[in-house]
Amino acid sequence: MSILGTRVVRKEDPKFLTQGATYTDDLVDERLTGALHATIVRSQVAHGKVLSVDTSDALAAPGVVAVITAADLKDLSPMPHGFPFIHESIVHQWLVDDVVQFVGDPVAVVLTEERYQGEDAAEMVAVDIEPLPAVVTVEDAIKDETVLFPDAGSNIAATFGADRPEDFFEGCEVVVTQPIVNQRVAAAPLETRAAAAAWGDDGRVTIFCSNQGAQQVKGQIAGWLGIEPETIRVVTPDVGGGFGAKIGADPEFALIAWIAKIVGRPVRWAENRSENLVGMVHGRGQHQVVRIGGSKDGKVEAYSIEVIQEGGAYPRIGVVLPNLTMLMAPGVYAFPKVHAKAQVVLTNTTSTGAYRGAGRPEATAAVERAIDLFAAEIGMDPADVRRKNLLPKFTEPHTTPMGATYDSGDYQAALDKVLDAAGYADLRKEQQARRDRGDVKQLGLGMSVYVEITGADNGAGALEHAKLEIHKDGSATVLTGTSPHGQGHDTAYSMLVNDQLGIPMDKITVIHGDTDLIPAGGGTMGSRSLQQGGAAVHKAAIELIEEARKRAADILEANPEDLVIDKANMGLSVKGTPGSTVSFASLAEKEELMIDTIFDAGVPTFPFGAHLAVVEVDVESGKAHVQRLIAVDDAGTILNPLLAEGQRHGGYAQGVAQALLEEILYDPDGNPLTSTLADYPFVSATELPSFELVEMETVTPVNPLGAKGIGEAGTIGSTPAVQNAVVDAVSYLGVRHIDMPTSAMRVWKAINQAGNNAGTDRKDS
Amino acid sequence: MQVSMTVNGQSRTDDVEPRLLLVHYLREVVGLRATNIGCDTTSCGACTVIVDGLTVKSCTVLAAQADGSEVTTLEGLSGKDGAMHPVPAAFHSEHGLQCGFCTPGMVMASIGLLKDNPHPTDREVREGLEGNLCRCTGYHNIVKAVLKAAEAGAAAGTVGASEVSA
Ligand code: FES
Ligand code: FES
Repeated sequence: MSILGTRVVRKEDPKFLTQGATYTDDLVDERLTGALHATIVRSQVAHGKVLSVDTSDALAAPGVVAVITAADLKDLSPMPHGFPFIHESIVHQWLVDDVVQFVGDPVAVVLTEERYQGEDAAEMVAVDIEPLPAVVTVEDAIKDETVLFPDAGSNIAATFGADRPEDFFEGCEVVVTQPIVNQRVAAAPLETRAAAAAWGDDGRVTIFCSNQGAQQVKGQIAGWLGIEPETIRVVTPDVGGGFGAKIGADPEFALIAWIAKIVGRPVRWAENRSENLVGMVHGRGQHQVVRIGGSKDGKVEAYSIEVIQEGGAYPRIGVVLPNLTMLMAPGVYAFPKVHAKAQVVLTNTTSTGAYRGAGRPEATAAVERAIDLFAAEIGMDPADVRRKNLLPKFTEPHTTPMGATYDSGDYQAALDKVLDAAGYADLRKEQQARRDRGDVKQLGLGMSVYVEITGADNGAGALEHAKLEIHKDGSATVLTGTSPHGQGHDTAYSMLVNDQLGIPMDKITVIHGDTDLIPAGGGTMGSRSLQQGGAAVHKAAIELIEEARKRAADILEANPEDLVIDKANMGLSVKGTPGSTVSFASLAEKEELMIDTIFDAGVPTFPFGAHLAVVEVDVESGKAHVQRLIAVDDAGTILNPLLAEGQRHGGYAQGVAQALLEEILYDPDGNPLTSTLADYPFVSATELPSFELVEMETVTPVNPLGAKGIGEAGTIGSTPAVQNAVVDAVSYLGVRHIDMPTSAMRVWKAINQAGNNAGTDRKDS
Repeated sequence: MQVSMTVNGQSRTDDVEPRLLLVHYLREVVGLRATNIGCDTTSCGACTVIVDGLTVKSCTVLAAQADGSEVTTLEGLSGKDGAMHPVPAAFHSEHGLQCGFCTPGMVMASIGLLKDNPHPTDREVREGLEGNLCRCTGYHNIVKAVLKAAEAGAAAGTVGASEVSA
């Protein structure tokens, strides 16, 4: 019986649970012997002209070896942003000596023998900055009164899509318009960023860093520093979470590597949480206006979304994410007309990047809010409006008005399953009873139906590399270009090899995150690992059997096609002659038995699902609590339910957190107000329920495993479900919309506002 | 200054700066790197260890304050035969960890929680672990793991900090 589809507990855990993992800051490596500690001095001003950086006091402090400023980096050109559609004058200085663009912009690096000495000395670097007006909000940014990069002429860095045609909603009986803020949040992996670099006598540098894909880091750093890629080796040890924010190289990694060269000693850097919350890319940060129009019987005719994306100070991955929001704008619905447009603006704040779902949660949140707004306007149950507009089940690819080609889907079934499992009708009765009684604690039911895109094109196409080698002792090594940071690749890929070859799980070693061993790879992002990396491992195992078949046929003097796999004995035997097995190990003993292969799906997959959140809202205080979260997340064939459930749970938590709590805030001068975990409302166990999972598997034809991605689904579905539930709880008071996070204060205000406005006619156009 | 303490059953004396935090002492002086640092505001609990039977956030106490104490970290939990302590064992069977960064602190906090309340409810586990943040698991399986360890401990009488700090 195949091991696939069973709940195999993780191979990687025993080490994690007895000795602890080895994250970048834990490394004890001879290459790092005698490493200096780097402490980055960052701007405390959001926008301003650097007048002077005085390092003399710091240089005299105990343990200080050097203080690096822009003057020491003359040989290094500024960092280009790499986006052809954005003005080329927008460059990123490694260390700023002209204009700082956000609180956190690096100005100097202190190098010390000991960690504490660096923190002391960093405070002694005197940075004199003459403040310029800070551009903090998107409203200010688009006015262009102060332009961050004057040569670019505008803070609007990019525009995607065309204006909405004048007659777009013509013929609609009802049109609802709503501005929506999909707020800026922090990915906040529990392990903050860290890097270490050491140059060898051979002129090569090894860079250790906490990241989701070593190969991408290597390519970027080579380009930024203007050195040959062959001189760089990037190693990602165990990684303590990424959630998208650890995609691609951070400028700090390149800086550390360059400084190590300048000072001629290894250098290591590990940021603290405050530095992380200003220095690492933030997620989301979209300001949307949605418009939805249709007939009073619930049929939607036209949907439009206009987005302004906060890019932050320097263009990072965040500036391209609105494209995904636009692509996925209509979600699961058969809307006849869809319009989407986006602008990206720069502000004097931390740059934005990918965060779990990266562009798709923003699309789903918008359309799922829009459907609820439309339902409220026409007085119909939101479940019924959804049923009227969902795409019917399809097994042949379906292309949307935005040009996405969904591989397979059954959205109606997903919604029905979730509502059945939740006992939707009874919940609605309970809600009515509480309203009738005038309870302080009111019930809210919020649903979302979503489809997302996973395993998207990664620059090198939707392909991934895998190497599989069988050793003389019968053990196996898998090398992969994907890069786990909690997903359990070791277990998943070992299962795939075991399934094909019969080699026991504990005799299989999975290696990742070392560019000398795995030169090409796409990393782990966009929920691509199993469907692309796993499919590559699966393919390698099949090709290895074919290779072994040829060699064993010679030995057994049989036709290759007469040989069958003998998993129990880890080899091949002649059909009907079980005693005749030639083991993989014995073949490896004669000649290296290794397959190096690429799997290219060519296209992404489109996982989907439906969530129902049940919240209780205290209408006196405004406080909302999630009581239940019931979810279908259909990611095609499930390799290991244990791992898939873990991904779902984690996603729900982050989705609930965005809906209820989390938000990065700045004051009007651009000072961050949420730069510690004491200020940033990180979700804890008490705010969450245990989750109720409903299973559904619709295989994809895109890869031989039938698997779609699962890493981001939970977040995408749960965020709008919870937001809709909070609004639903207080909708009987006249509330139609509350922006996230639906904090007690916001809900309380919305209730009071609705009370004040009671009786006024709310007519949208 | 000199500090002496027993770390995972081994006594030692070191010369340290008076301001050295216990977590840095454990990681950099003793060389036990399972205990992690996730914040600088005593918020995340990644650094939780057991000092004289009490769970403490080791980023919040000085090494000097632990002078004369018995300190247990994750590395000190497994038996001499390598057998996993019931709490981490439950984290394993219930898939209570993903990236593993919160895990050492989470395991130590869970041991402390079960010592105070050997038979917690779901809600009590959630409240007991409020000071320990996890970004990966959504806490669902962590709660399950602690409840499972409670059952195992009740049966075998092995889950408690007394044997942990010994
Ligand atoms: S590192 Fe000690 S509580 Fe966060
Ligand atoms: S397992 Fe990653 S933070 Fe908890």
